[in-house]
Amino acid sequence: MTELTAEGGHGAVPTGPEVPVADRPAVSRRDWPLYEVFVRGKRGLNHVHVGSLHAPDDEMAVHAARDVYTRRNEGVSIWVVQAADITASSPDEKDPMFAPSGDKVYRHPTFYEIPDDVPHI
Amino acid sequence: MTAPALDRTLDEAALQARFDATIAAGHRIEPRDWMPEGYRKTLVRQIAQHAHSEIIGMQPEGDWLLAAPSLRRKAVLLAKVQDEAGHGLYLYSAAETLGADRADLTDKLIERRQKYSSIFNYPTLTYADVGVIGWLVDGAAICNQVPLCRSSYGPYARAMIRVCKEESFHQRQGYELLMTMMGGTPEQQAMVQDAVDRWWWPSLMMFGPPDDESPNSAQSMAWGIKRHSNDELRQRFVDMTVPQAAVLGVTLPDPELALDEATGRYRFGPIDWSELQRVISGQGPCNDERIARRRAARDDNAWVTEAATAYAEKHA
Repeated sequence: MTELTAEGGHGAVPTGPEVPVADRPAVSRRDWPLYEVFVRGKRGLNHVHVGSLHAPDDEMAVHAARDVYTRRNEGVSIWVVQAADITASSPDEKDPMFAPSGDKVYRHPTFYEIPDDVPHI
Repeated sequence: MTAPALDRTLDEAALQARFDATIAAGHRIEPRDWMPEGYRKTLVRQIAQHAHSEIIGMQPEGDWLLAAPSLRRKAVLLAKVQDEAGHGLYLYSAAETLGADRADLTDKLIERRQKYSSIFNYPTLTYADVGVIGWLVDGAAICNQVPLCRSSYGPYARAMIRVCKEESFHQRQGYELLMTMMGGTPEQQAMVQDAVDRWWWPSLMMFGPPDDESPNSAQSMAWGIKRHSNDELRQRFVDMTVPQAAVLGVTLPDPELALDEATGRYRFGPIDWSELQRVISGQGPCNDERIARRRAARDDNAWVTEAATAYAEKHA
């Protein structure tokens, strides 16, 4: 029996090495640009990244984001940005980028010993 | 001249160690992290077939949109089919974080090089099938999908949380539809029983072959992609469903189905795995129809894609 897995939702599908995954040029016209979508859940909250989608332009991206990511009152405001326009820190830089904050414990209020009988501090 | 190769080996070992430590700590792997090629390929295969299943899954129920018996049922069914489209898109989006390309995955589906769940190759013969798909097929999908919310790959796990929230509506609307029909005429009740008879065994097959025939499951488990074995999930589904069938007043078509007093779990009869093999290899009742319609959707609507692209370029 070929390798089947039920994991992946509706299940029982071949997922063995015979299933190709490498990219080839698509027969159909290449997809529209990729946009990342951010939704403000309600007033008072930040916009939060919820996923991505393809759209031909910015305006259509907002419309598509509304249909794909807010069918049940999940948001009151949507931001979209082309994925290609995002600049991110590299995961390889993790140590040099974030390590310096690790040894600066004096930046946290708990670093400072204050007698218990000093009020409101 | 050999030094760079040696360095690469050392680097790779360090990267693998960091990956293993992340998995062992129960933390998530995120898109730009280093990951073993086998992990990436396994995820692309799994997420792609999952996305394809959601998209093809729109068809069996979509067939009833224009024949829904009331405006209420039509609105519900439309919302459900729209959700399936959304689920497919969340999942393609997760696959793309692994370097896959959505248009390319769609082509692979249409060329039958990647598969979708065999369950969608069965026809929906009556409106009761819409209810039974919600109750049994989506019920089985929930059993599979809930553990995936803890999958080790972050974007997949997050997509599954979103999917699972919506899937609960799918199952409940199906069960409610069936309860309504079971409260109706003898003909309506017979339609429900007939649909249950046809969908029960294919629903059990959704969990895949028995554990001793799933050689690669262990690797997926170790990677935290898979959390429970096929047989474990199948048993969980049967235990959940038997009491629901009793409330509904239908008989599940398995004479061997019985409660095991010692374990509190239900024993069930043997599954005909040759049927699953047949349907997966393309011999199911609707395989050709499903792919033909997906192909037509891509090709016949290509002009819409092209027009929108042309408009965007003109206004850029």
